[in-house]
Amino acid sequence: MDKTLVQIWVYLAASPLLWLAATLAAYLLGQALFLRSGKHALCNPVAIAVLLLCALLALTGTPYAHYFDGAQFVHFLLGPATVALAVPMYYNAARIRAMWLPITAGLLAGSATAIVSATGLVWLFGGSRQTLLSIAPKSVTAPVAMGIAEKIGGLPSLAAVLVMLTGIIGAVAGPALLARLRIDSEEVKGLALGVAAHGIGTARAFQIGTLAGAFAGLAIGLNAVITALLVPLLLPLLPPG
Amino acid sequence: MIGALFTLLALQLAGEFIVRITGIPVPGPVIGMLLLVFGLAQCGRVPKALHGVAETLLGNFSLLFVPAGVGVLLHVERIAHEWLAILAALVLSTLITIAATALAMRAVLRRRPPREPSDG
Repeated sequence: MDKTLVQIWVYLAASPLLWLAATLAAYLLGQALFLRSGKHALCNPVAIAVLLLCALLALTGTPYAHYFDGAQFVHFLLGPATVALAVPMYYNAARIRAMWLPITAGLLAGSATAIVSATGLVWLFGGSRQTLLSIAPKSVTAPVAMGIAEKIGGLPSLAAVLVMLTGIIGAVAGPALLARLRIDSEEVKGLALGVAAHGIGTARAFQIGTLAGAFAGLAIGLNAVITALLVPLLLPLLPPG
Repeated sequence: MIGALFTLLALQLAGEFIVRITGIPVPGPVIGMLLLVFGLAQCGRVPKALHGVAETLLGNFSLLFVPAGVGVLLHVERIAHEWLAILAALVLSTLITIAATALAMRAVLRRRPPREPSDG
């Protein structure tokens, strides 16, 4: 019996099916816990899924590269999903045109603040040059951040992790901070969550309302463009390693 | 649905292609997104299938971050070494960014309030 189980494990562990299914299962479980907790901010589905999968990989001694053989099918969809951001942008074109000036102001302020404050703080706290370069695009959606990090000499895989952590922090603490600042406009709340915390912040913004969600989605797309342009420009100004 | 998926992939591919030949420092999917915005504006509407695919992908956007997030396992050593710098940078920078974005946008909104019919 034991031997059969081991054989089944060996077979399944070698195919991408197991870790692809495990990724979806962990996320579903994260979502279920999130709903059971009454949508408590700390029960972020991504955070739960990542923790569960890390524990599972550690327990079974599975290397990350092997896990990624299965999970890459989910990861791959980040690219087409980024292209699909054009759709909510198109739907809100009229509102965006009417508010283009405040949107531009928020985006530029947010994008520059994210790059300068993240790299500045890493430098201030004595972090390494590679961490500094990988954290520069942390507020941008993962595929774009990985591309930027790679172009400037950071580590794409580290950038992706920092992006995910940023998203969770923004989604958990963002709404409370916005309330503290007495921001009542849904457009402003959405834009701020999207600029600072990309897709995970956008998922949170959609819980505030569809208008906040649309502005967050818009912010992901525009911030990706602006940060991709700003990082190489600001790079010479960043503190030297 | 296949047509819509193909549209997204083809535009991403076109984006990668443009980035490679022009050498502009913007990732391919972002160019693909800009191409799609332009295309939709020309078309004047969103095809039903594309609407469906976009809604599905964006409705589950946070799931797509999970595989990259598990990559934290690759960087355990670095994070153990630099946890203070990373934690401080992520938490403070994210909060400052949210505040900077919201306050800048609100400041401009207040200076130039959106045209309202009652204001004439």
